[in-house]
Amino acid sequence: MLVYILRRLFYALPILIGVNVLTFLLFFVVNTPEDMARAHLGDKYVTEDAISNWIEEKGYDDPLFYNSESEGLNSFSETIFFNKSLKLFAFDFGRSDEGRDISSDISDRMGPSLALALPTFVVGIWVNICVALMVLMFRGSRLDRFAVSVFVTLMSISYLFYIIVGQYSIAKLSKLVPVSGFNDGLDGWRFLILPVIIGILAGIGAGARWYRTLFIDVSGQDFSRTARAKGVSEAGVLFRHILPNAMLPILTGVVVVIPTLFMGSLVMESFFSIPGLGSYMLDAIRAQDFAIVRAMVFLGSVLYITGLIMTDISYTWADPRVRLN
Amino acid sequence: MNRKATRYLAATLTAATLLTGCSGPWNDPNPPSDPELNTYFGSFITRPKHLDPVRSYSSEEGLILDQIYEPPLQYHFLKRPYELEPATAEKLPEITFLNDQLEPAAENEEPAFSLITIKLKPGTLYQPHPAFAKDQEGNPLYIFSTPEESAPYTLLQDFPEKATRLLTSDDYIYQIKRMGDPVNKSPLIGLMSDYIVGMKEFGKKVKDARQDEQWLDLRDFDMEGLQKIDDLTFTIRIKGSYPQFQYWLAMRFFAPIPFEADRFYHNPGFEKKNLTMDWNPIGTGPFMMTRNTPNREIILEKNPNYRDDFYPTEGTESDAKKGYLADAGKRLPFIDKAIFRFEKATTSQWSKFTQGYYDRSGDGSSNINTATFDQAFTVGPDGIELTEKLEQIDVVVDEENRPSIFYTGFNMLDPVVGGYTEDKRKLRQAISIAFNDQEYIDIFRNGIGQIAHGPIPPGLYGYQSGQEGMNAYLFSWDEKTQSAVRKPIDYAKQLLTEAGYPNGRNAETGKPLILYMDTTAKDNSPTADWYKKQFAKLNIQLEFRTTDYPRFKEKMRQGNTQIFRWGWLADYPDPENFLFLLDSRQGLVKCECNGSNSSNYDNPEFDRLYDIVKALPNGPERLAAINQMVEIVQKDSPWIWGMNDKDYFLSNQWVFNTKRHGISQGTLKYVRIDQNIREEKQVAWNSPNVVPLLGSIGLLLALIIPGIGAYRRRQKLTIETE
Repeated sequence: MLVYILRRLFYALPILIGVNVLTFLLFFVVNTPEDMARAHLGDKYVTEDAISNWIEEKGYDDPLFYNSESEGLNSFSETIFFNKSLKLFAFDFGRSDEGRDISSDISDRMGPSLALALPTFVVGIWVNICVALMVLMFRGSRLDRFAVSVFVTLMSISYLFYIIVGQYSIAKLSKLVPVSGFNDGLDGWRFLILPVIIGILAGIGAGARWYRTLFIDVSGQDFSRTARAKGVSEAGVLFRHILPNAMLPILTGVVVVIPTLFMGSLVMESFFSIPGLGSYMLDAIRAQDFAIVRAMVFLGSVLYITGLIMTDISYTWADPRVRLN
Repeated sequence: MNRKATRYLAATLTAATLLTGCSGPWNDPNPPSDPELNTYFGSFITRPKHLDPVRSYSSEEGLILDQIYEPPLQYHFLKRPYELEPATAEKLPEITFLNDQLEPAAENEEPAFSLITIKLKPGTLYQPHPAFAKDQEGNPLYIFSTPEESAPYTLLQDFPEKATRLLTSDDYIYQIKRMGDPVNKSPLIGLMSDYIVGMKEFGKKVKDARQDEQWLDLRDFDMEGLQKIDDLTFTIRIKGSYPQFQYWLAMRFFAPIPFEADRFYHNPGFEKKNLTMDWNPIGTGPFMMTRNTPNREIILEKNPNYRDDFYPTEGTESDAKKGYLADAGKRLPFIDKAIFRFEKATTSQWSKFTQGYYDRSGDGSSNINTATFDQAFTVGPDGIELTEKLEQIDVVVDEENRPSIFYTGFNMLDPVVGGYTEDKRKLRQAISIAFNDQEYIDIFRNGIGQIAHGPIPPGLYGYQSGQEGMNAYLFSWDEKTQSAVRKPIDYAKQLLTEAGYPNGRNAETGKPLILYMDTTAKDNSPTADWYKKQFAKLNIQLEFRTTDYPRFKEKMRQGNTQIFRWGWLADYPDPENFLFLLDSRQGLVKCECNGSNSSNYDNPEFDRLYDIVKALPNGPERLAAINQMVEIVQKDSPWIWGMNDKDYFLSNQWVFNTKRHGISQGTLKYVRIDQNIREEKQVAWNSPNVVPLLGSIGLLLALIIPGIGAYRRRQKLTIETE
């Protein structure tokens, strides 16, 4: 398996380089350093000297890919591409355009992101699987048809609607929890409970419907019928026979997401003022702080690739027939 | 431990966790505060980017920095028009005009320089800070030579020893030198280098001297225009006569920075930990920053070393009526601590204000916008009134005219709308008449704002209201209502005909007149539709040329625009800060720089008068020149004059001295809070309503219980066979 993992990591390199080159072209060719300088320095009393100073200070005055004025390896290392993009491979994210250390910001914000994303993810999966199995129990009945139409309705409603209605009814009208915010420590649960519930509710429609479809495929197979024929209770059939046999497609959709939980949720964190990585990215986009955006895009691709590798590994755990060669 | 005991312990711990913070209302978002400390709760929507006073230039940064740093001058809290008064200075600066021999200039001689002498109050101390801490030998305690040495310290709180020292004139000189040092990227470096003698040369000297990122002691480099007279007196020599310079002395760019702090923040390894001047202010002001996590909260606490400062005793009759003089003569500041929480959405900020968790509707900005306006105000026949709900909870409204202008500009270099011939003037005047700004204010800004008749906003010297201030090219005076009435659209059509476009068509070619608005907004937005309708009144077709902001700015710099929207917020309350927006030497294309004259207006007579206005102090001669300039641009109409902004700020009933200042944000020291009322009201307004919660649980049970029943019935089903 180790060889397999190493090989996958090796395959990941060209993907990461591709992502890197693409983002680099977007940030430095489409949007020139001068554009960035003007955006950051504002409109008032900005001189050409100030613009060139800004560009020089950020190291954006080097050539893009090849420095003809340098010699040897320096021709490649004294370029914007090397300093701003290739260094990301060493997880050297550098400093944001406002001067803060990006690595330190990312580690500060990972906690709040995880505090929101992890319970939403874990409880959400558990709820979706339970609901799907319950509906499966009444397959073909009116209850089943009603449940499916409810799932489709829930899927069709915008995520923002859940957030706004939730905030308005639970936090503003009922005054049960704070409208938004975040506190460290145990007190943090009061701020997280509402976004977590909203996240779970908003995901039930799509999640439960998808799991139901997976379970239907498995429930029609011979071993399920045999289990029932042997007198196993319906709950026993569902949880001991159908669920484990539907694990592969579940893992395909679920494990890949796990590493990206660190990246947080753009929308949820913004509406609930949770100082996580999702809102970090959104703030950076708004402020045109491309140093942060570049770092976050790179981190996102690394985590996604990690998720894909983890998914492959999880197959061997879920299905002993699978071997990674 | 047996199983029962473990369960009991787990249940107790869970309950304890859940009940944490439930001692007050359930929805209280604020952390528990010390009841002994008078604490202000505020909020901010935009995170401050820079907290170094030499670099910071935005209002959201002012909310924090203006409470910490003290330039020599400040604005009087209550007086309007805005008036400067000494802050750390003992009195207003003395200005001596000098000739090019550096001798006092004769009365009729045009001065080559102005010498500004600033004398400081004695006894002003800095906030406690580790940069001042010294060992027994008198050497600085926290100076490190390697990042490893400084590794144990990550926050200012980690330094056990703190000290203070007296403010001296050296600190102001040091800060002005920092402004001139290109490494600090001060937005004022360009402007100030044009005025302060020797700043440009100083910048070159320090740039050459700086070898790496190590601290460069700016005391070793002289700037010709700066001179220390004694520990409490210094002079700044500027080129020519520029009376408005004193307004800059009330801005944080001119706040003192002790060299010890600059040296301290250049310790190796500090930058990596964000231990920088840009993140950890050090000042002499009423408050000091004790926590800076701008993605969560910023906490200011009373500076224990704050100098003697007292609430103003002078104000208008209206100030007395509103209770703004109730604390006259009392020592400042009134509050011990201010907690500013970061809000990502204005709706959440508004909800917390109405729930009593924020003392004011907004701090950096008023937070009265399209999302909140209807919850705050109703528009009645007498103008804007508070909604019944807010009236019931005794919310206080404060109104402030911000010296600002938001206009629609014509590019004067454009062959169609630009130019100075009579027909071009008439075209622009016709469009300005058709473009009904009052309608724009009513529809898109809920009536908040005031039509502008010229470049100078209300509240500034030279602004005229009533018939005298009316733009007679676009408005007529209605004696009955004693107000300016926009000239009829038929008159605008007549002007358009005289301009060579009868009924919106070119008189020579017969082609329809198509104009282009350069913008970053989408052309299908309600505002875009409204713009098109204004031009359509004259049968002029308006097209939108939408680009992203960098491209838009590039087009502006190159003069490739036709019509555009722009705005200006005053740096200081003087008409010169608005009239310079039309000075040809500031023209974006002419100066090939980032000038402020975005419409490329170029009128030699206007420029001549501008030089007079810039050099003279307020008086009849200056006023006459201002009036002439306004008349010139009203006639030329390089802008559709647009509107002057107005702000409404709301405060909860327990907040006192809530008056706002249109220029300065350093007003937190005047604010007083009655914590008892706040606590009482927070409990009264926020009793939780558990009915929906119980209803939801009931609904869930109503779904689950029949399900369980159905499952059980199903399990008991038997197959009947014959």
